[in-house]
Amino acid sequence: MTKQEALYKYSLRLGDSTLILGHRLSEWCGHGPKLEQDIALINIALDLLGQARSYLSYAAEVEGKGRTEDDLAYHRVERNFHNLLLTERPNDNWGNTIMRSFFFDVFHYYFLSELTKSKDEQLAAIAAKSLKEVTYHVKHNSDWVIRLGDGTEKSHKIMQDAIDELWDYTGEMFDMDEVDETLIKEGIAPDLAPIKDKWLQKVKDVFREATLEMPEVQEWHHTGGKMKGIHSEHMGYILSEMQYLPRVHPDATW
Amino acid sequence: MADVTTLSKEQVFDWLSEVTDPEIPVLTVTDMGVVRDVDFEGDEVIVTITPTYSGCPAMKTIENDIEDCLEKHGIEKYRVITKLSPAWTTDWLTDNGRQKLEEYGIAPPAEKTTDKSAITGGKKVVKCPQCGSTNTEMISQFGSTACKALYKCNDCLEPFDYFKCI
Repeated sequence: MTKQEALYKYSLRLGDSTLILGHRLSEWCGHGPKLEQDIALINIALDLLGQARSYLSYAAEVEGKGRTEDDLAYHRVERNFHNLLLTERPNDNWGNTIMRSFFFDVFHYYFLSELTKSKDEQLAAIAAKSLKEVTYHVKHNSDWVIRLGDGTEKSHKIMQDAIDELWDYTGEMFDMDEVDETLIKEGIAPDLAPIKDKWLQKVKDVFREATLEMPEVQEWHHTGGKMKGIHSEHMGYILSEMQYLPRVHPDATW
Repeated sequence: MADVTTLSKEQVFDWLSEVTDPEIPVLTVTDMGVVRDVDFEGDEVIVTITPTYSGCPAMKTIENDIEDCLEKHGIEKYRVITKLSPAWTTDWLTDNGRQKLEEYGIAPPAEKTTDKSAITGGKKVVKCPQCGSTNTEMISQFGSTACKALYKCNDCLEPFDYFKCI
């Protein structure tokens, strides 16, 4: 695999995960339990969408085939999306939404902290920019995990159920393949193994404060989205909603 | 048409200080430090801007407004370039900008550098822009736009926006 191919795929994976999670969070618009929480999730969604634009524009530029960020977002089919399966999990209830973001945000924070040191100038720039935003996301979602985990009997149970439902999707964040290996050698991508240790420690600390039970770390986990473009049954629905307008009205402009 | 060959950076910065932020109209793009540089290539004027937040929806409008401003001053060839690095920080808000924010009813960033309290949980003092009291509390880390948090004053009981540190 050439460096250019790896860089294209790497940027695409990052762009897809932030795009799909941003889209999922945007589904809460107008449905949040309180106005402030509605606004908070949409703010976070907007940050993620902005980050996705940076990554996808860069992927398009690296690919060099004249495609744009919009072509990549709106005119790819499911099998060509490489987001983490975690990011396409349904919103379900507030607990699941918060837990999904919490797992991703903690990873995102430590990952971006490393990516700022990348030898690829553009990735380092996107990382430095995003890190400032993600710092607020981690804080917000950690607070909610603690508030609800250490809340009422009912809220505690909802959060524990959310952990049980989502835990097996967290392992994929740390999977590495040829794309990572090629870029790690070039000093462009960070090694995900030490990031996993930091992630586990932070999750453990927050769960302790939230009186939530930390699941066992197992080798097996759901995988397929990031590396192979094999998705859960939810992905098609996300894309049909997200891509409907530009596909039906390809000439539409603002 | 303006003669680009005799134009100075300061002159262009001066023009751009008329361009206001579409979401916070009391601030100009130069108050905010969004305009990073002005350069000349032959008879072309190049303005480099940086986004406040990755997803800031105002960036496209700011770009168009800068282009309109240059045209108004007789510039025919121009380019507006967006640059991510170094990442925008609230430290770049000018003192004049901070004062205008407060007069407008938005509390300016309370600290000079990136606010670590967002992740460490430390407490900072945010002054109510209405009555000046420091007896205030945060309602939500996220407010009406990406750059603001929502606060309330426990003395005058008014809610207000706080321009958060990044």
